[in-house]
Amino acid sequence: MNLAWDQHLIMVPVLLPLLCGALLIALNERRHHLKFFINLGSVICLLVVAARLMWMADSGHWPQGIGVYLAANWTAPFGIALIADRLAALMLLLTAVLATAALLYSMQRWSRIGVHFHSLFQFLLMGINGAFLTHDLFNLFVFFEVMLAASYGLVLHGYNVTRIRAGMQYIAINLTASLLFLIGVALIYASTGTLNMADLAMRLPAINSDGLALLKIGVTVLAIAFLAKSAMWPLGFWLPAIYTAASPPVAAMLVLMTKVGVYVILRVWLLIFSGEAGAAAGFGFDALLWGGMATIVFGAAGMLASEAPGRLAGFGAIVSSGILLSVIGYGQPSLVTAGLYYLLGSTLALGAFILLLELIERLRSPGAAVLALTMEVFTIEEAPDEPVGESIPGALAFLGLSFAGCALIIAGLPPLSGFVAKFGLFHALLNPGVAGSIPTPATWALMALILLSGLAATIALLRFGVRTFWAVGKISPPHLPFTEAAPITLLLLLCVVLTIQAGPVLAYLERTTADLHHPQHYIDKVLSEPVIPGPLGKKEAQ
Amino acid sequence: MELVMALAIGILFGSGIWLILRPRSFQVLTGLLLMSYAVNLFIFTMGRLWIDRPPLTLGAHLPDPATVADPLPQALVLTAIVIGFATTALYLVMMIGSRGLTGTDHVDGREPDQ
Repeated sequence: MNLAWDQHLIMVPVLLPLLCGALLIALNERRHHLKFFINLGSVICLLVVAARLMWMADSGHWPQGIGVYLAANWTAPFGIALIADRLAALMLLLTAVLATAALLYSMQRWSRIGVHFHSLFQFLLMGINGAFLTHDLFNLFVFFEVMLAASYGLVLHGYNVTRIRAGMQYIAINLTASLLFLIGVALIYASTGTLNMADLAMRLPAINSDGLALLKIGVTVLAIAFLAKSAMWPLGFWLPAIYTAASPPVAAMLVLMTKVGVYVILRVWLLIFSGEAGAAAGFGFDALLWGGMATIVFGAAGMLASEAPGRLAGFGAIVSSGILLSVIGYGQPSLVTAGLYYLLGSTLALGAFILLLELIERLRSPGAAVLALTMEVFTIEEAPDEPVGESIPGALAFLGLSFAGCALIIAGLPPLSGFVAKFGLFHALLNPGVAGSIPTPATWALMALILLSGLAATIALLRFGVRTFWAVGKISPPHLPFTEAAPITLLLLLCVVLTIQAGPVLAYLERTTADLHHPQHYIDKVLSEPVIPGPLGKKEAQ
Repeated sequence: MELVMALAIGILFGSGIWLILRPRSFQVLTGLLLMSYAVNLFIFTMGRLWIDRPPLTLGAHLPDPATVADPLPQALVLTAIVIGFATTALYLVMMIGSRGLTGTDHVDGREPDQ
């Protein structure tokens, strides 16, 4: 018996970037267009595969909507299982969309300022996709390291002093976080004897109190590593510096990488510490809730305080992480649904915003920088040669409108998806779905913070917009090549689609959340997945 | 035995933490190396120590799991060593690049009094 062909699609998001990245190393840098189109082809394949996996997870193709791929054909607690469920497929799709935009944007200029951009980009995708698909803590570590190693290279891409300075700190922090990750994994293995997440969740109710204490320490240490990646206060001070220093397409991918940390927290916490976990149920949710809220405060204050556009985007990403972490920590299924919707919208908008910032920088004449003396003007050291290619008409109108669109989503104002997301969050917070429950102080605090962070974002973005578009005096419309304008339009259009199609999207996310909150199906499915008998196995059976 | 192991891991890790808080990039690199040694030792013991257990090998009959050493920590520690080694080497390259571009080996890329 062989696997159906589409079952192998689960493996494609990991294998395809690996092979493409390796192939691209061998190609000479002078064949730039060829490299670009191979990269683009791979990313578009990933997009199609992610969409197909999403369809397979949601259409009843797989029982319970969970596809299991047993790598090397070993049953689950022993071998490594890759899992595609609704959440993983959704994140794969988000990754592919953002990667397409970042890649298109890099075509004119950014992919040419250094070597091996395309290979590193593919390896980054491999790491991110693997982290979404894997179901084993140690395998997760390996994919995290692949992702981080590629991101180190990409952050340094177009080597200059700013990037080196920011990169040194970024690498040191991530290496330390990786060590914590390993300590956490070791402690979890010591206390439970397994690293497979489903097996871990199954063994948890039976664990004795000594083992439980060890496990809690292990999970806490592990969580510190993920929380450092998702920039929870006080572990997120590294983030704004690196967002400012990295080139725009790379910074857009970094937005996604903070969401990988959030994804893992969501996955691990809801699987291991859900209601069925016995004595360990509910462990750490309060820490996530209050830590997330502190992150929102830190991010909002940072947005108000920062004048450099890159830092503004960095603090915007911190606010978004904070909201997501407190949503997970709040521990209410309907809130997670709204939180996932918020994740989609805010990731797309922040990605578009970061790409847009660089185009806006071109508007600013040197005079504007002198006027705003307090502004930290960040200079790109490699000579910004005039980009070539077809320019689009109405460049100023395009920049202004796109900026307004991004600002509306990031600040959560109507009519775009940011507003729908915040409305959903408030609706879920005020209607817990349990009769007779009243909102607690934590509910009010979270609502107040979400509102205030929206206000802070509005003020900061308005100030930046007014200074850029109105207060600089006479500005000549910049030269905008099509390939740099198209990705921003694409991302913003997707946000509009998210708003218009909010009903179906939220219904999908509701099913996703329901899966996450009933881990028993997941555990049964993963652990009962049969191996494919090989030719030798058949002989033995006879 | 436990005491020796615990002391070794503790001293390595403590020295590593002290070193990564120092201002020179070479000190940070050494600190990261020491910490990764400590973590590797820690994974290898995985919370308990066994002696006199042979490695898991294929023999004529099925081995009794209670008499052989747990093979998983060995596999994990090998992977961790390789990855840790590669990323530390990468940091070393960065460090040299930073020294060349900025002219200082301070972790901020500039001397504090400048």
